[in-house]
Amino acid sequence: MFRKMTKWSVMKELILKDIDDLVIGSIGIVAFISFFVGSVVTIQTALNIDNPLIPKYLVGFATRQSVILEFAPTFISVIMAGKVGSFITSSIGTMRVTEQIDALEVMGINSINYLVFPKFIALSLYPFVISIAMFLGIVGGLVACVYGGYASIDDYIMGIQIDFIPFHIVYAFLKTFLFAFVLATVPAYHGYFMKGGALEVGKASTTSFVWTSVVIILLNYILTQLLLS
Amino acid sequence: MIEVKDLNKSFGEAHILKGITTTFEKGKTNLIIGQSGSGKTVFLKCLLGLFNYEQGSISYDGKIFAQLSEDKKRDVRADIGMVFQGSALFDSMTIAENVMFPLRMFTKMSKEEMLDRADFVLKRVNLENAHHKFPAEASGGMQKRVAIARAIVNKPKYLFCDEPNSGLDPKTAIVIDNLIQEITDEYQITTVINSHDMNSVMEIGEKIVFLKDGLKAWEGSKETIFRTDNEVVTDFVYSSNLFKKVRKMYLEENQ
Repeated sequence: MFRKMTKWSVMKELILKDIDDLVIGSIGIVAFISFFVGSVVTIQTALNIDNPLIPKYLVGFATRQSVILEFAPTFISVIMAGKVGSFITSSIGTMRVTEQIDALEVMGINSINYLVFPKFIALSLYPFVISIAMFLGIVGGLVACVYGGYASIDDYIMGIQIDFIPFHIVYAFLKTFLFAFVLATVPAYHGYFMKGGALEVGKASTTSFVWTSVVIILLNYILTQLLLS
Repeated sequence: MIEVKDLNKSFGEAHILKGITTTFEKGKTNLIIGQSGSGKTVFLKCLLGLFNYEQGSISYDGKIFAQLSEDKKRDVRADIGMVFQGSALFDSMTIAENVMFPLRMFTKMSKEEMLDRADFVLKRVNLENAHHKFPAEASGGMQKRVAIARAIVNKPKYLFCDEPNSGLDPKTAIVIDNLIQEITDEYQITTVINSHDMNSVMEIGEKIVFLKDGLKAWEGSKETIFRTDNEVVTDFVYSSNLFKKVRKMYLEENQ
């Protein structure tokens, strides 16, 4: 991927286009999902606390832990495997079946560098999307908690501050960086090396989603074991 | 000039190209013809460096491609223009951007210079008002002409065309054939066309290489193909009654 780099003036435009397609274009759906899943996590936690000895701030605490440790980095990445991963596989796969990749190769252009490297760089901004997911997940929880009458705003805010371990943020962003790498490479591999026609592009997109999700879930397990146990 | 010597290519057990030796001359339209499955596309992809081969050599103006360093190979590739069967235009770019693409990748031209050059080649292929269209908005014939414009924009020494007439109506096919021949002659390019369109063979076949089952079964020109008594060639080229009659008339007239 790093041999015979594409001319910088061309690469710059490709990177900006991919940032728009892959990162900016995903913010809407990520914001929507994060806000409502954060709300649901809060409601579920609150409804399952029926012991009066358990403090109300636990709702905020549980929401923070769920959103920061798992929901934002891992489950948003699985959702992105569907949205961004399928887009990458189908766009590169279509270029393969319509001989556009052959056209690049004949011109003496390193097609892997031209097609995959900009996506790789664009997705290095993926942690920014995950930060938004974390923030909106917790805000969604706050709104659901206060408007549902499960706890006061002060209790919720105390909950999201209590026992805060900064390393959890490091852990979450480490995972995010690795997932970004997976999101850029696994779908690109399935698109680049696909064979056949239009039907196979669809099949490659589905296979790519399955494999990207599997790799993310396995990596999540391994990293959690290594970093938190 | 492109020289091919004893070219052999296999896929697993299947021996596709069997010792092909031929020469494609500068300033001529060289046609590779043969039935489907005869090895034409594999041969073309070997010439383009898209496939590696087990034995033999391909040299571009005396430079043996396989022996060149990666940088030198890139230099040779920068001299190659290719018109793919399905045009292979970049969907996300307009027609003008497609044509300017090789210039952006391989030259230091300013945007104005690139636009001027794209304008010139698009006029050359009779496409003057299509700059801002996307490939999906263009007809098959227009797409082929854009592909030719993109292939010649960087003044290549070698032009390869894979089935340039496939999917086109007979009139547009003749326009494309004539355009390729004019460009070959005008810029003195070594043009290699992969085709099974007999109209192309008769119109522009200055040199014809006939492949059968991966072997070079015959080579000649559009003039000699009328007179050949090689049965393998006549069976293929004159398989339709119309062409049989044309050949008979030609031979009677030229006796």
